[in-house]
Amino acid sequence: MTLLRVEDLRVRLPTSSGPVTIVDGVDYQVEQGQVFGVAGESGSGKTISVLALMQLLPQGAQVDGRALYDGRDLLSLGPRALQQMRGRDIAMVFQDPLTSLHPMLSIGKQLTEHVRVHEDASRDVAKRRAIELLEEVRIPDPEQAFHSFPHQFSGGMRQRVAIAIALACRPKVLIADEPTTALDVTVQAGILRLLDRLRRENGLAVILITHDLGVMSSIADHVSIFYAGRIVESGPTRELLTKPRHPYTRALIDALPHPEAEEGSELVAIGGSPPTPRARPDGCAFHPRCAYARESCELSVPSLVPVSDSRLLACPIDPLGPR
Amino acid sequence: MLLGVGITFVAFCLTNIVPGDPAAANLGQRAIEDPAAVAAFRHHYGLDKPLPEQYGIYLWHIVHGDLGQSEQNHDAVTHDLGQFIPATAELALLSIFVAVVVGVGLGVIAAVRRNKLTDHVLRVVSLGGVSMPTFWIALVGLYVFFFRLNWLPGTGRLDPVVSPPPHLTGLFTVDALAAGQWSTFWNAFQHLVLPSLVLAASNIGLLTRYTRSAVLEVISNDYVRSARAKGMPGHTVILRHVLRAALPTVITVIGLAFANVMTGAVLVENIFSWPGIGQYAYRSATTLDLPAIMGVSLFVAVVYITVNFIVDVLYGVIDPRIRLA
Ligand SMILES: Nc1ncnc2c1ncn2[C@@H]1O[C@H](COP(=O)(O)OP(=O)(O)OP(=O)(O)O)[C@@H](O)[C@H]1O
Ligand SMILES: [Mg+2]
Repeated sequence: MTLLRVEDLRVRLPTSSGPVTIVDGVDYQVEQGQVFGVAGESGSGKTISVLALMQLLPQGAQVDGRALYDGRDLLSLGPRALQQMRGRDIAMVFQDPLTSLHPMLSIGKQLTEHVRVHEDASRDVAKRRAIELLEEVRIPDPEQAFHSFPHQFSGGMRQRVAIAIALACRPKVLIADEPTTALDVTVQAGILRLLDRLRRENGLAVILITHDLGVMSSIADHVSIFYAGRIVESGPTRELLTKPRHPYTRALIDALPHPEAEEGSELVAIGGSPPTPRARPDGCAFHPRCAYARESCELSVPSLVPVSDSRLLACPIDPLGPR
Repeated sequence: MLLGVGITFVAFCLTNIVPGDPAAANLGQRAIEDPAAVAAFRHHYGLDKPLPEQYGIYLWHIVHGDLGQSEQNHDAVTHDLGQFIPATAELALLSIFVAVVVGVGLGVIAAVRRNKLTDHVLRVVSLGGVSMPTFWIALVGLYVFFFRLNWLPGTGRLDPVVSPPPHLTGLFTVDALAAGQWSTFWNAFQHLVLPSLVLAASNIGLLTRYTRSAVLEVISNDYVRSARAKGMPGHTVILRHVLRAALPTVITVIGLAFANVMTGAVLVENIFSWPGIGQYAYRSATTLDLPAIMGVSLFVAVVYITVNFIVDVLYGVIDPRIRLA
């Protein structure tokens, strides 16, 4: 069942020199129980595109398109409906664990306040749930942690607390922006197992943003690759990572050490740097860095079209396509 | 302790550096011309002894709760202070309370409505509060609310026909309430309104401006976005998450507000014939009543130290990172 359908999402952010297009027409859908992976270079608009879904962008942001959840468009929810949706239907774990917790409120307060608002839960019920969650994200001595403050924890522990906060109201969709980046491998594996269990048992859908293709291949069902504010390729994880069709996906995989790499293939950095949102090239934004670029690539922006049952590609040349 | 010695020393030096002869200021014209009378005056108040000895004697007396005798009315300074402090305390506390409630409230509103009409209006209002001279606000207030509209009484702590409530704290409103004298309470309260508002004006401006900027600094933090993402209602986000983090700045400014009130009291009490420390300080200063001046200085110093101490303690209460450090 499709939980969330994003259609032609566009975001323009105000800057000192006028609005700049950050997200430039993104479509995807997320199914119940699915882990939907999002990858792409830094600055490609991954975070901005998910903040837009929760109406959490800075003031002055212009958002177009639709994000349908439960028959309603998230992008046009009024304040009251928005507040009820946030945290309860869709929850979010932010990229930076050091700044995303309130420094002056106890962990317990931050874990329970929204449970009490959304579910009208008593203090005791909320606390019991908080302690369970702290156990689930493997915080040692949850009872004591409940009464502690963020500065008493390491970055990794804070990230786990942030995950516990996001899961506290049992959301249907979890947006996790680099949730495991600050964690060491064993804890990371624990968190991924927890997410995996929640999606199997409760049908939790996860939008997982990560640079780590290892994490991606171990948990994501589906991956979308972002480049310069657009999705350039998407498909089932295993297929996409083993047989990338977009030159950028290929380059991204080659640039990262990962378990799926073919024997003998070497690591190659992608030549050049990603375009800034202000100076995006015409046509396909990747063409200046693309080994297969032709003249036609400069002329029109390629649209994301199906190339097989399950795969979408935004490259009409398709140099890596099946032969 | 060390601070106490420092303050008495500074107060002592300042009062002795002041050019002016207390004898000249306190004795009649006739007596001034009589060297014997001047000498007797100086001897009576210990002014003929060397300065270090005067200071030593002074300290000795302070330790024993004796601040000397006023040269004006020959009452013990401690007695005078005891009589005037409650009047000022009542005025100052109400004024600070009003300033904090109104100033912080307006500051938060201005920040939330940033760059909208409300914000611009509040900016003008707060600038006005800070920059308009207190005596001018006082005179306009008196003219409008007392003279023109006659909504509020003009001067003093009570109407002349009303007798003060039985002494308990010296704060008439509190004492009247404690004694169940409702009409006395109401009368005392009406007398408080205008002077305390006048005294609050510049602090309201100050608190509005600092609260606004503190809130704006906090409101763009990631943890505020986290609170919104959890679905916390807007007012809870502002009050619990934003204001909480802005509180250290606000507390600092409230500390400053106390200092403003102490200086403002001199002016306001004189304009409103408020029988408090401010008026006493003014009278002692103009008559060079050294023991009284030093008594007032000591009192002001004690207030500053206490306020600073409380502010420091509050920092720790508000911010767990300071508490545990
Ligand atoms: N408040 C803002 N105002 C203007 N531009 C912004 C703002 N926030 C982000 N940007 C720009 O938007 C672009 C996309 O940012 P975003 O944070 O979505 O990238 P990302 O894909 O999440 O990268 P990363 O992997 O580093 O997190 C960047 O070029 C960034 O400079
Ligand atoms: Mg990001």
